[in-house]
Order: sequence, then structure tokens, then C-alpha cells
Amino acid sequence: MQVSMTVNGERVTREVEPRILLVHFLRDELNLTGTHWGCDTSNCGTCVVWMDGVPVKSCTVLAAMASGREIRTVESLEQGTQLDPVQEGFMREHGLQCGFCTPGMMMTARWLLDHNPDPSEAEIREAISGQICRCTGYENIVRAVRWAAAHPATQEVGS
Amino acid sequence: MSTTAEVPVSPAGNPIGFGRMLRKEDQRFLRGQGNYLDDIKLPGMLHGAILRSPFAHARIVSIDTSAAEAHPKVKAVITGKILEGLKLAWMPTLSHDVQAVLATDKVRFQGQEVAFVVAEDRYSARDALELIQVEYDPLPPVVDARRALEEGAPVIRDDIEGKKDNHIFDWEAGDREATDRVFAGADVVVAQDMLYPRVHPAPMETCGSIAHMDRVTGQLTAWSTTQAPHAHRTLYALVAGLPEHKVRIISPDIGGGFGNKVGIYPGYVLAVVGSIVTGRPVKWVEDRSENLTSTSFARDYHMHGEIAASRDGKILGLRVKVLADHGAFNGTAQPTKFPAGFFHIFPGSYDLEAAHCQVTGVYTNKAPGGVAYACSFRVTEAVYLVERMVDVLADELGMDPAELRRRNLLRPEQFPYTNKTGWVYDSGNYAHTLEVALEKAGYSELRRRQEEGRARWRAAGGSPENPGAGGQHLMGIGISFFTEGVGAGPKKHMDILGLGMADGCELRVHPTGKAQLRLSVQTQGQGHETTFAQIVAHELGIPPEDVEVIHGDTDNTPFGLGTYGSRSTPVSGAAAAVVSRKVRDKARIIAAAALECSPDDLEWELGRWQVKGDPDKVKTIQEIAMLSHGTLELPEGVEGHLDASVVYDPPNLTYPYGAYICVVDVDPATGRVQVERFIAVDDCGPRINPMIVEGQVHGGLADGVGMALMEAIQFDSSGNCVSGSLMDYLLPTSLDCPSWELGETVTPSPHHPLGAKGVGESATVGSPPAVVNAVIDALEPFGVRHADMPLTPAQVWLAIRGRPLRTDIVE
Repeated sequence: MQVSMTVNGERVTREVEPRILLVHFLRDELNLTGTHWGCDTSNCGTCVVWMDGVPVKSCTVLAAMASGREIRTVESLEQGTQLDPVQEGFMREHGLQCGFCTPGMMMTARWLLDHNPDPSEAEIREAISGQICRCTGYENIVRAVRWAAAHPATQEVGS
Repeated sequence: MSTTAEVPVSPAGNPIGFGRMLRKEDQRFLRGQGNYLDDIKLPGMLHGAILRSPFAHARIVSIDTSAAEAHPKVKAVITGKILEGLKLAWMPTLSHDVQAVLATDKVRFQGQEVAFVVAEDRYSARDALELIQVEYDPLPPVVDARRALEEGAPVIRDDIEGKKDNHIFDWEAGDREATDRVFAGADVVVAQDMLYPRVHPAPMETCGSIAHMDRVTGQLTAWSTTQAPHAHRTLYALVAGLPEHKVRIISPDIGGGFGNKVGIYPGYVLAVVGSIVTGRPVKWVEDRSENLTSTSFARDYHMHGEIAASRDGKILGLRVKVLADHGAFNGTAQPTKFPAGFFHIFPGSYDLEAAHCQVTGVYTNKAPGGVAYACSFRVTEAVYLVERMVDVLADELGMDPAELRRRNLLRPEQFPYTNKTGWVYDSGNYAHTLEVALEKAGYSELRRRQEEGRARWRAAGGSPENPGAGGQHLMGIGISFFTEGVGAGPKKHMDILGLGMADGCELRVHPTGKAQLRLSVQTQGQGHETTFAQIVAHELGIPPEDVEVIHGDTDNTPFGLGTYGSRSTPVSGAAAAVVSRKVRDKARIIAAAALECSPDDLEWELGRWQVKGDPDKVKTIQEIAMLSHGTLELPEGVEGHLDASVVYDPPNLTYPYGAYICVVDVDPATGRVQVERFIAVDDCGPRINPMIVEGQVHGGLADGVGMALMEAIQFDSSGNCVSGSLMDYLLPTSLDCPSWELGETVTPSPHHPLGAKGVGESATVGSPPAVVNAVIDALEPFGVRHADMPLTPAQVWLAIRGRPLRTDIVE
């Protein structure tokens, strides 16, 4: 079947099997491999992207269901050569180690800050509670989001 | 050796040496530009999928693959029979056993590999699995490790000639007779059975491999999720008879390892076979259920501990018997001499008169494995045992567990200390670290508040008969003091399948003074690209941004055993320091030639050799690099260029340690536990990058909370794994973890060139007993002395009622 959607601002149309998951569509058809896959049961959240402005687990969305919608992935966070404050925060507060959960975490964090520019620690923990990180014990992810909240303007890219 | 000493700052703002430095590797991960295994696509690449056994124990009667082969997108279907023809049906494990790549005679655990399909895409490969017909003749399984050695138990490993039982090994350490004497004369002896349940590292990225066998050149290139690429290369050569010089293992970015990615799994070998058969690259990536049910589990230790003490709280001896469940194949990765790993570090941090342990390993119809999950070669189990036993003793003596530890910790003047099972602890100031943690926690204030809470609970009518009275919760405070031994070798004592545990390192300084450091170890998120650049910066004064760390490719890095057991900094970190010093020594000779003086006339200032007393006569390391590649005439016997290589064989393990305090809130009505505070004071020697060290500790503490409260790979009586998804195998989330409170003390290792001790697994090792001790402490009003992990609400609820369950088997 044919699916057509806007991904990171660009219109894409592809012929796919009706059963293909959005995560596989993004990774295998569009080569957007920043979105990861980590479980079969929608528990881990490494696959979080935005669909029509809302974070979704793309392993639980068929590409067909995303047809006609707007998808945003981690690859769109950086604007030109400027990191999003969330990316900057993750770097400055050591909010990532292996980096596998990071794209999903950052997409959720960006959404949270868009809707709640000054979240408390508890609100941040609640927001990312559907996603698993095995490396950081969450501490520095929380700090990274707090950093981004405190620095809403985008920064020059660090070296 | 303070980590807070002033260090110069590089043009990019980084410390030229130790200190907080943002990670170099972050740039690609932040942009979604990491290169993980499943991100790699090769021209013509095919996809593999594995058919797995639904039974824990069954004879294979027949396998019909004809319908799968007829699938239009299927390129090959491989069975055990085909592998037998290639002599690849069995592969060696890391513990001198063999494991079936694909089952031929029978299946021995649920999830075991039975057939492999190679197809044009991953969906079609999965479709074709459904088309394979396997007829099984079910056999009675051995699920309960405690019954594995019973007369008449089904023999799992009838593939081993003459095998009549499920026994793998007996092993002991310490002095049995001396220990028995100490116990016979002790005022107080307390015993406790405890299970360290089977758990799983479950990194967010599952395991996988892409194999490409070039039929023309005979070159095998395998991209694999491996923590130990060089060991894998040698094993591929041994398994498949491939010439090792034509095997290249590339370990791309790894999405977490924690021990899960040390071993070689059947899927890796099958990808190779698939590529040999089809002539095209074959990718195999396991799904989460395959990860949890078939790859390296950890722990599964059934322990009986006994502790002997005087009435006034002097601990005299420890005696331990362990039943080790190794699953269907002995696939644990331990140094050959030590089938129970470093479990015999169980005397812990205490000054004992005698200690003895005996470990028996058995086969069961469960997945093989055993090293995994940040365990420092089973130091995790040992620390849990001793730290639970000390609390059990404190309960028996009616003594505060902090005071009991204080009275028995090794004293600074006892180091280097040979413990009662033969380990030589390098350095420590234990009492100081404990006091720092107690102070940070506000220990006496916590105890006062705990008493107030208990009084409120009693006033509300709380009692063993009415635990949830008035909605009052109970506070628990748990302490653990751990000593790890990490950084294996020395190679004279430690090897994996005969490969000594020493690691190579190469440093090349290019003409313009930029450097490349080549490592045998492989990061899985630990930040090697940053930390190791800082080591070179510390030793040579080259800014860390000018040092590129190269790893994860056997064609481009020196041989070594890889990253696990917290060995990267203790072994390869030392290697990086030593190789930098070699370059520094050579730079001195070149500088002397350029300055027309004797090398002895020069002194080292970070980044430069200068004439003693005349600092205007100086050559920077960058100038020396250019001179070394230029036309300068060098002294007789001195080669040009500024390169060096080393193989570092550590003289001893390093012994990081720490004091952890956990504060929990327990709702006695529901059994729900919330970790309120966690204070972790680690001593890993000087910290090369304190930011990264803290991150390592944070992650390990979350692991500990997970294992203590929610994680367990469990089986039903038929051998079905009931923890095969992340809906059933619970991992800690942001809401299960408190904001960690960290502290540090710094006691350098006397034998490590940088004094560094390693920290990767410290928190995973040290935190579970602190959490469990806290929960048991909270349950003091109910007279609970022990309950096995995981302390789920159900388990705590049952413990309050005096009947906690076994947590390995569910009915």
C-alpha cells in the first residue's frame, strides 16, 4: 500500500507492506536511524517520535496509521548548526551514556518543555517514566532537562 | 593524587589531564547519528531469524523445513543437521563446555535455537519461521536447581559421553578446618539461606551481528554487539576453523552491555553460516524476548551462609555453601581457575579469623550464561552474601548494623591485606569512608525518625496482626560496605579459554602533535573516547581534543580481552598511561638531540621537555613530534617517529570499595517499597573524569534498586520462562529511583600507574544489599530476618506475614 506523510518537514511517499511499523518505516525506508527499537511490548520508549505534535512509541504505530500525519524525529532537533537546548542539556549534564535511549528521551523532553517550560523534578520524572534508561539511573537526564529549561534560547554548538 | 588539583585548560576548554570534561562521543549520539549494529546496512544484505524451542526439555523427532524453503523471499533454511555436516552444530563456551548452535538431538531450554531462516527482509524471515514444522517428544525438565542432583533426575547433558547426572563442578576456597574450628569456639553462630535470583542485564539495545563472508578473498567481517572483539575473533577462528588473519570483528556503537555482550551467541555463528551459504551479508538481531530468554542471564546463586562472632560483636568467621544454577550449558565467562568467578571475595571488608566457601555448579533446563550484569565476576553475589549476613548477625546480637561494621572493618594499617581466601587487597581506609557516608546520611537522625515512625505506627494500632494500621508507613535504613576485586588479570592467574587477561595499547603521535590511541577494550557507554584521551593528556600534555581514541575494530587495534568486570581503567587505563610514558621517554631523547644536550639535562613539565634551570630552552611535545618525523639526526639506535605500544599485564587486581546507605519507605498494608534516599560514597582512587564516574555510579545504583525490588527471570514448573518481556521482567523507571546522593573518598591503588581502581560495577555490586537491608530493617516490627529478592509488594506482604516465597520458581 502507499503511505504518505510529512517527516521532519519533508513530504515522503512510499509503497510499503500494510503491517510495517512506523519505527521500521523510519529506520529502514527513510534511513532515519536515530529512532531506535528496544522491546516488543511498548515498554522501553527508545522509539519515541512525535506524531502530530504528540510523543508516540513508534513501535506501536503502523506506518499506515501515520499516513497523512506529521512525524518529527530526533534528527530534526538540531536547527542548522544549533543544538536544541535539550540536546545541549543532555551533553552538559552527562544525560547520556550508551546513547540508545537518548533520542526518545530527548523527544519527550522537548515536548514537555514546549508545554511546561519550567518543570519540577517530579514533573520531569513523570514525563519520562514510560521510557527506560539502563545507564544513567535517570539522575542526569532529569538534570539535563532542568538545564534546558534554564537555557531556553538555543546555544552555539559545543566542540 | 587529588582529583581536584589545578590542571591546565586546553584551547577547547578541556582539562589537560584529570577533571570534568564533556564527552567527545556525545556529538553523534545527540544528533541521532550513532552507528549501532541495526543501523548498519550493507549492499545485498539479507536478514536472519531464529526458530526457538517451546519446550524446556524435549527430544527432536523431526524438522520439516520444506514450506519455509518454498517461501518466495527465503534464501536459506539452516537446521542442526546441516550444521553437523559443517561441523558447526556445537560451539565451545567460555567455560570449557560446549553449547548447541542449533539443536540436533534435543532441546535443553525454552528458547533454545532450533532453526535459522535467511530471507530478503526481516518480516519475511519471521514469516518463514511459522512455516517450519518441528515434532518434539517432551521430556521431564529439571527446573529446580535444588533437585538437579537428586537420584533419578533427568540427565540434561546426555550429549557428554558418560554423563549420568547434572553435576558440573565442585570448587572451594579458604581453609575449611580452620573455619570449622573458629565456628566451634564462637559464642554466636547464625545461619541464613538466601537466593540471588537469576536476573538479566537487558541493555536497551539487544544483541546482534552482521556477517559478511567474502567468497573470493575468504575474508570474514562480522559487525557484532561485542564487549570483547578480540576474544570474539579468536573464538570465531576456533569455532568455525576460520583462519584468524582473515577474520575481522567490528564492534560499532554499543547500546549498553553490562556483561550481556561478552559471550558469543548461536545467532552470531548462524549469521556467519548464513553468509557462507548465501554468499551475501546476513544480519541477525534478536528481539527483546529472545534477549531475555536465551542470552546470558546473571546470578542464580542459592547460598547458605553462616557467620560466627563473639557476643560483643567481633566477627570471627564465615562459612558458605553455594548451589550455582548454570542452565543447560556451562556458558559462564570466568577465568579458568575460578569456576565460581571471584565469589571467594565473600569475606568482604572485614577482619576475620577464617573463612571457607564451597560452590557446586549444576545443569538445569534453563538458558545458559552466567557472567553477565555488571557483576565483577560474581563479586556481586559475594557482597550480597556477606552484607546480608552481617545484618543477620546484627539482628541476632541486637546491635546497630553500622556499629557492627565499624567494629569489624579492616584497618588502614592492615593494607596490603591478604584475606582469608587469598586475595591481596591493595589499599583502603574503610572506616573513614563509612563515617563519610553515615555523616552524609545523617544516620543518627534517621534512626531517631525511624523510632518516631514506629511509635506512630504502634500508636495507630500497628502490629504483626494489623500491619497496615492507620495507613502508617515504616522507614527502613540499610547499609552495605563492599570491597570489589576488579581489573583481571594478572594473566598468570586469569585467562579466558587460555587467553591471558592482559591488554595491548598503541599510541601514535602524528607529525603535527595530534595523537591516536588504539585500545583493545570496547566502550558500551562508559565514555572511553573521552577518559582515555584524558589519560594521554595527563601523561603527555597533548590536549584531549587532539587525541583520537580508536577501538572496536580488530584490524585496527591491538589484542586484548575487552571490557567487562570493570577492567577498562584498571587494565587498559594503565596501559594508556604506560604507553604515554614510553612516548614521553622517547620524546626526551629527541628533545635532547634537538637542544644539543644530554637527556639527563632535561626535566618534564606537562607538555614539554626543558633544560633544567633554563626553561627558555624547551621543546613542546608537538615540536618534538615534528622533529621525530623530520630530518633531525637522532642518536645511534634511536628510531624516528613518535609511536609506542605496550601490553599491560596487571600485577594485581585493584580493590575499589564503598559505603552505601539506603532509606526506604514501606507501606505495610500493601508491601510497596519506595526508595526515598540513597547515599553512595565510593572510593575508586583518583577520578580521571569525575562526571563520568558519577554517571557510572548512578546507573549501577538504579540496577541495584531494580534487582532488589523488581527484577527476576523466573520459571514455572514446566520450565517455561515467565519473564520473557519487559512487561514481565520489570526494569526500574525514573519513578522508582530517588535523586542519588554521592560522595567520595580517594585512596589510590599503589600498583596502578594512575592509582585508579575502576568503578563501572561498584554500584551494581554494592547497592542490592543496601536496599534489601533497608527493607528488612523496615520490617523489624514483624520479626522478619530475611526475604529473597526481588522484594516486590507481594513478597514484602508475604514476608510481613512470615511466609516469603522462593523467587526462582513460580507456580
